[in-house]
Amino acid sequence: MNGNGKALHWAVEIDEMVKTFGQFVAVDHVSLSVPKGEIFGFLGPNGAGKSTTIRMLCGLLTPTSGRGSVNGFDVATEPEEIRRSIGYMSQKFSLYDDLTVEENIDFFTGIYGVPRAQRPARKDYVLGMAGLAERRGALTRTLAGGWKQRLALGCAILHDPPVLFLDEPTSGVDPIARSNFWSLIRDLARTGHTIFVSTHYMDEAEYCSRLALMYRGKVIALGTPAELKRGLTEHSLLQLESEQPLETMCALEGLEGVRDVAVFGGGLHVTVDGAEQTSARIRAKLAAAGIAVHRLEQIEPSMEDVFVAMIETEERKTGRKAS
Amino acid sequence: MSYRRLHAVFIKELHHITRDGLSLGMALAVPVMMLLLYGYALSLDVDRVPTLIYDQDGTEASRELVRQFQGSKYFDVRGFADGYGPIERGIDRNDILMGVVIPRNYSRNVSEGRDAAVQILLDGSDSNTASIVLGYAQTVTRDYSVDLRSSMMNKRGGEHSAPPVDARLRVWYNSSLESKNYVVPGLIAVILQIIAALLTSLTIAREWEMGTMEQLLSTPLRPTEIVLGKMMAYFLVGLMDSLVALLVGLFVFGVPLRGSVLLLAVSICVFMFGALCWGIFISATAKSQLLAYQMGLLSSFLPAFLLSGFVYAIETMPPVIQAITYIVPARYVVTIMKGIFLKGVGLSVLWGQLAFLALYAVLVFFRATRKMNQKLV
Repeated sequence: MNGNGKALHWAVEIDEMVKTFGQFVAVDHVSLSVPKGEIFGFLGPNGAGKSTTIRMLCGLLTPTSGRGSVNGFDVATEPEEIRRSIGYMSQKFSLYDDLTVEENIDFFTGIYGVPRAQRPARKDYVLGMAGLAERRGALTRTLAGGWKQRLALGCAILHDPPVLFLDEPTSGVDPIARSNFWSLIRDLARTGHTIFVSTHYMDEAEYCSRLALMYRGKVIALGTPAELKRGLTEHSLLQLESEQPLETMCALEGLEGVRDVAVFGGGLHVTVDGAEQTSARIRAKLAAAGIAVHRLEQIEPSMEDVFVAMIETEERKTGRKAS
Repeated sequence: MSYRRLHAVFIKELHHITRDGLSLGMALAVPVMMLLLYGYALSLDVDRVPTLIYDQDGTEASRELVRQFQGSKYFDVRGFADGYGPIERGIDRNDILMGVVIPRNYSRNVSEGRDAAVQILLDGSDSNTASIVLGYAQTVTRDYSVDLRSSMMNKRGGEHSAPPVDARLRVWYNSSLESKNYVVPGLIAVILQIIAALLTSLTIAREWEMGTMEQLLSTPLRPTEIVLGKMMAYFLVGLMDSLVALLVGLFVFGVPLRGSVLLLAVSICVFMFGALCWGIFISATAKSQLLAYQMGLLSSFLPAFLLSGFVYAIETMPPVIQAITYIVPARYVVTIMKGIFLKGVGLSVLWGQLAFLALYAVLVFFRATRKMNQKLV
C-alpha cells in the first residue's frame, strides 16, 4: 500500500508546504507528520487554511511550494496513486440528492473500482455502519443530516482506503449524531485506518490522538491534547467566581502575576504565573475592593483555553513583528 | 480508461435523467414543438397572393385574362376596383399584395397584334416575395396573350404559329418546388444541434455547483470517463430526439426520404456525438448552470440558424461570412440531411461532410476532456 515497497511509518508527511492565491497566503510553510493509525485533528477557525491543506493532500490543489506525501506518494507528482488510496469527505455534502442511498453506494463502488466479488459485502458494511439498511431505497435528499453524514463517510470508505481525509465532517449536525459519527471514526482508527480530520468544535479535539492548531495559514501548536494543555503549565489557570465579575476584571487589571482575564461561562478564567502566590494576591486585592469571592481554584485548561491562549500568544508575536 | 468506472458514470447519469421527468419530457417535447412551429412558419412558398383587378377594358378578352388570374393557384382575386384609389389603399393597408390594371385598349391591341401592355402594381416592401409574384404575373399574362394571338391568327389565316422559344423546365429533387421539402430536413439538423448542446450544457456545471465535482476529482475517476460516461447517457436521449424529429418530418410534413436510412443514422450519430461534447465543453468551462445554459443556447442556436445554409443560402452571403460557415458544424449536417432526404445521394458525395463532422466531434471531445482535467482553483 505504499510507493516504494518499504513499510512506511508515516501516513501523511508535509514539509514546508505553501499555498498562495494571488497575494493571499492560505497555507504558510506548514510541516507535520501523521503516523499510521492515528486520528489526527486539524483545529482552527474558518479561513485558517485547514481545507486548503486537506485539498492539497488529496491532490485537488497543487502546492505553491514545499512537499507533501500521502502513503508515500507525492501529492504533486503522483495524484493518481493518492486518489486510489484515500477517502475524502469534503465540507459540502457531496452525494447525489436525486439518487437513492443504494444508487449512491453503487456509483462510488464503481468509480473506486471495488472488485465485483467484494461489492455486496462492502455495500452491506456501509449500509450497516450508516444505519441505513432499512432505507436503502430512499432518495438521499429525504435523509436527515446525521444519516447523510454517515452515508457520505460510508461512500468515502467503500474501497477501504488506508487514509481518510474528513473536512469538517460534523458541521451542521446535531450533538447526538456528532457523537455517533465520532464513534465510527474511532472504530475506523482501531482497524488501522489513518484519519485526518478538521473541525472547529473544540470538544471534538479531545477525541483525537494528536492535534495541530492552525491559525492564519500557520500551524501554531502541535501535539497530543494532553501535551498541548501541559504546554500552558508555565502559566496556571484559575477559575474565579465572584459577586461582580466586571468590577473584578477591573480590579485584577495590572495585578502582579496576572497575565490575562477572560469571561468564561458564569465566571472568569484568570491566567496567572505561580498559582499559589497569585491566588493569595487576588484574594487580598478583591477583599480590599470589597468584592466577595465565591470560588477561586486552579483548574485543568480545556482545549478552548489552550486554543485561545495560543492564538493570543501568536497575535502578540506577529504584533511585535509588525511594530 | 476503466470500463467499470465508465459504466458507473453512465448508470448514474441515467438515474439523473430518468428521475427528472419534467426535464426529460421537455427534452423530448421541445424539438417537436420547434419543428412544427418553424416548419410551418418558415414556409417560403408564395401562393394565393391577394390581388385587386382594375379592368378598364371590360371586353371579352380582358374578362378572359381576369379568369386566368382567378384560375391560378398563385393568385387570390379579392375583388375589382373602379380606379387606382382602392388598389393604393389596399396595398397601404396590407390587404393586397398586387393590383392588376387592364388598360382600355387591351382587347384591340391584342387583336391587332400591337403591344398589349397590362399594368402590374406590386407591394415591393418584401422584395423577395415581390419578385416571385412578378414572375407569376408575367407568366400568366404572357401565356394568355400568346394563346390569344395564336388563336386569332389561326382564325384569320389558318397558319399555325408557335411561340419562338419554348423552354421546357424540369426541376430536379424537389419537383413540386415546395419549400417544406427544402426547409424541414435542414431544420431537423438545426434543432438537434440546439437540443444536444442544451442537454449536456448543465451536466458538469451542476456538479460544480452542488460540490460533487470536488468529490469526483478526489477519486480515481478520470476526466475521459466523466465526459464519455455522461455523453453516452445523453446520447440515448439525443437519439430519441432524433427519431421523434425524423418521424415528424416524414409523417407530419410528408418530406420524402430518398437516400439511405443507414447513412442517415450514421451521420446523426456522428453529429450527435460532437454536439453533445460541445455542451459538455461549455458546461466544464462555465461551471455555473445559468451561464452554461446561455452559452449553450447562443453558441448553438445562432450559427446553426444563420450560418448553416438551412434557409439562408450560403452562396449569397458576403465572402467573409461564407468563410466563417466552413467552421460551423451545422453547415455540414444540413448539407448531409438535404442530400440524403431530397437528392438521395450517398457516401460518395457526402463523405467530406461526414469526415468533417467526425473530426469536429473528436476535437471537441478532447477539448472537453482537457477542460475537465484541471484541479480546483
